[in-house]
Amino acid sequence: MTLLAVEDLTISRAGDEASIVRAASLALAQGETLGIAGESGCGKSTLLLALMGIVKPGLTVTGGHVRVMGQNLGGITPEALRRLRGRIVAMVPQSAAMALTPSMRVGAQVAEAMSVHDAIPPEDIRARTTALFARVRLPEPDRIGARYPHELSGGQMQRVAIAMALTCEPKLLLLDEPTTGLDVTTQAGILDLLGELRRETGMAMVCVSHDIGVLARLTARVAVMYAGHIVEDRPTADLLTRPEHPYARALMASVPRIESPGLPPSIPGSPPPPGKSGPGCVFAPRCSRVIAACERVPELSPLLEGGRIACHAPDHGPLAPPVVMPEPLVTRQAGVPVIAVRDLVVQYRRASLLARLARRSLPDPVVSGVSLTLAKGEILGLVGESGSGKSTILRAIAGLWPPSAGSITLDGANLPGRVTARDRTELRRVQVVFQNPDASLNPRQTVREILAQPLRLYFDAGPTEVEARARSLVHDVRLDPAHLDRRPAQLSGGERQRVALARAFAAEPEVILCDEVTSALDVSVQASVLALIHDLCHARGTSCLFVAHDIAVVAALCDRVAVLHQGRIVEAGPARTVCTTPEHPYTRSLIGAVHRAPDVRGHGICER
Amino acid sequence: MFALILGRLGAAWITLLVIAVVVFVGVELMPGDACTALLGRDAVRVEVLENCRDRMGLNRSPVERFFAWAGDLAQGDLGVSMKRERPIVDIVGPRLRNTLILAVAAALAGVPLAIGLGVMVALRRERPFDIIVSTTALVAMTMPEFVVASLLILIFAIWLGWSAGVVTAAYDAPALTLLFATPLPAVTLALVYVAHILRMVRSSVIDTAGADFILMARMKGVPERRIVRRHLLPNAILPTIPVIGLTLAWLLSGVVIVESAFNYPGIGRLAVNAVADRDLPLVQAITLIFGLIYVSMTLIADLLAMALNPRLRTRRL
Repeated sequence: MTLLAVEDLTISRAGDEASIVRAASLALAQGETLGIAGESGCGKSTLLLALMGIVKPGLTVTGGHVRVMGQNLGGITPEALRRLRGRIVAMVPQSAAMALTPSMRVGAQVAEAMSVHDAIPPEDIRARTTALFARVRLPEPDRIGARYPHELSGGQMQRVAIAMALTCEPKLLLLDEPTTGLDVTTQAGILDLLGELRRETGMAMVCVSHDIGVLARLTARVAVMYAGHIVEDRPTADLLTRPEHPYARALMASVPRIESPGLPPSIPGSPPPPGKSGPGCVFAPRCSRVIAACERVPELSPLLEGGRIACHAPDHGPLAPPVVMPEPLVTRQAGVPVIAVRDLVVQYRRASLLARLARRSLPDPVVSGVSLTLAKGEILGLVGESGSGKSTILRAIAGLWPPSAGSITLDGANLPGRVTARDRTELRRVQVVFQNPDASLNPRQTVREILAQPLRLYFDAGPTEVEARARSLVHDVRLDPAHLDRRPAQLSGGERQRVALARAFAAEPEVILCDEVTSALDVSVQASVLALIHDLCHARGTSCLFVAHDIAVVAALCDRVAVLHQGRIVEAGPARTVCTTPEHPYTRSLIGAVHRAPDVRGHGICER
Repeated sequence: MFALILGRLGAAWITLLVIAVVVFVGVELMPGDACTALLGRDAVRVEVLENCRDRMGLNRSPVERFFAWAGDLAQGDLGVSMKRERPIVDIVGPRLRNTLILAVAAALAGVPLAIGLGVMVALRRERPFDIIVSTTALVAMTMPEFVVASLLILIFAIWLGWSAGVVTAAYDAPALTLLFATPLPAVTLALVYVAHILRMVRSSVIDTAGADFILMARMKGVPERRIVRRHLLPNAILPTIPVIGLTLAWLLSGVVIVESAFNYPGIGRLAVNAVADRDLPLVQAITLIFGLIYVSMTLIADLLAMALNPRLRTRRL
């Protein structure tokens, strides 16, 4: 029986009627699983919310409809819609930390999901809540309900959110990026739990994610969305191994994979903003296989081997392989290291007056006794989960948080612990690129002004020299000279991060420190930023300390890797060796968490 | 939590000390002193002036006098008024009571009204009700108290004749008599801060309504009324509590004008009279009392917000 049927659903912005979701059609039977993949802004979350009859303010349904168990969600009363939500269709939100009400105890929030539907007799609610907490494997299930959301960890909050969605045994579970923002090992645990619950209850699932690995583990079928259109809808195994739509292929190829070394290829250009796509196929402007027929919008039509595709010129060939870099040069390993960190200890909390009076002991240091070296021209990856101390080491080298003990040297000379104590040359030689360019670039400055600052500060460059250098920097990060006059808000996320890189390289540094620079970016954009960092460092002989939580990203880019766990380096060595033959159990669990992903893994993309 | 409260209390004491110093220095910097003010024309006679200064201890060094004054303060002795030649405590005490009657009446009527209206307006955002109330609030905020006072007297006392225009009760009248005299001054006092709180509550409710947890509650199938009651309001009102405290404390500056306008026998009018009389010890004492009220209002609001916020309440140190 059809549980969910979406027919020609179009959702548009209320003002200019630019469509966010365009003529989407989907069907899902009871117990089936479907993944929706795509990059930010492709309309996947809007589509998912619509499956619950929710359209965010500012958007309207301008065509088509959604039916759940035969009921048209657009045609039933608000009360009927309310009775449906949580009881028939339930949602696991993207970020449980934001989706749990901060002023309510988590037990009460789970109980509320039952009481508003009168699903359980009131006297049984408590017992049922405890049972649910036990089922999602929360510790102390009988007591954890008394906690507030902020007293739980990220993974625990996600488990509470899952428990909340399961209260009424829904027929359809919607998952919006269910593991984004969680550590890889936590992520693996949540995915295991979701898979297990699905097998036990037989509920259907629709999961939205930008992470193909997540979809591969949870769903039997995946629909790929691009600029509001569903472009390919295939069984997961087929999509992973032989995607046919050029966009789906490019998307699959841009995912870094630990088992195939090298930088993944990226997609040139950027997706059209809503309402700005041309009359023909939306992907045509970025597509390498454009033919005359692409001036017409392709229909989503069935494939012989199962699934659907919207393309006039599908590609059946093998996926583009990663670009394999040359082996690290031996000479890079020798010689004086540019940066040498010895026995670094960093502590965040200073003993407060009260703690000192009470003679309370300090918490364990965030970084305890880390030593590492960075050779000239080398890209060193620091990888670990949140709280492992990887960003703290970067902050200590950057002088943003002085170490409690240990030394940091630059070319053999001691580097002062505080950035304010460093002279101009020392500042110039070590540059930082932060995770979030939205926050690290001044929104009121144009790109030209952003780039001019380091040029004036470090080189006393005059106006003509600033202009010339700014132009060549913009060119080096593969942006257009026209971008010089834009402000950060007028740039896409990838473009902003390029500007941040250009600003760092403007100082002609010897070392750049990259703090999770790609974690806020889409995979295809991430691929291009990784390639850029690689090229810039190699062309200029700049050393790079690359901090990331994703070991596959580190493996793709870095010459050497150091794995951090609870403030200590547990394993270090050439990237390829560490990733193919990990020694330490923690490294193995990190790799296992991303590696285990597709159990349907076939050939082609994974074993190039 | 305990350390947090201790810290706040410590900060409050330091603030009060700073206020005491500033008040003392401010009065010192004024030309002339208590004796020139008291003697008026007689001050030209040097021996009379010196006599007076000796009697009042004004010949000692400023530092010495500050510590003497502060020492008395610490024991609850505010000194002696020169003009009225009575202990300041006796002068200020009953008037402070009267002001508190006025302020509490204004607060008890105004705060719930402001919060309630703010929530109602936010839930009907951009609809006629919201536009009318929000615009009225904006106008009320910008009107000075003396204008409001004059208008209210004109409308309610002169045109409608519902109440007396000015308060005729003496400063030591029974509390109930004064309570009956409060409506007009209280409304004047409340109007400005009700508008302030209303606008703040409105924007906080609108912000919170956009939060993910509200959407989540909706996705759970929680009825809209319950979403407002259980999910929206507790999280929207909480951040406004410290600001409400601050607004109420700031209401004190309005007291001076409102009490003068309505001839209400409170500490605000006393302050105006004390300045007119150049009764410097009294001015010092009143300023300090204003400071004390301000500091304790903000302190109470902070502690209340802390007690109601589970995030702060359950924070482990």
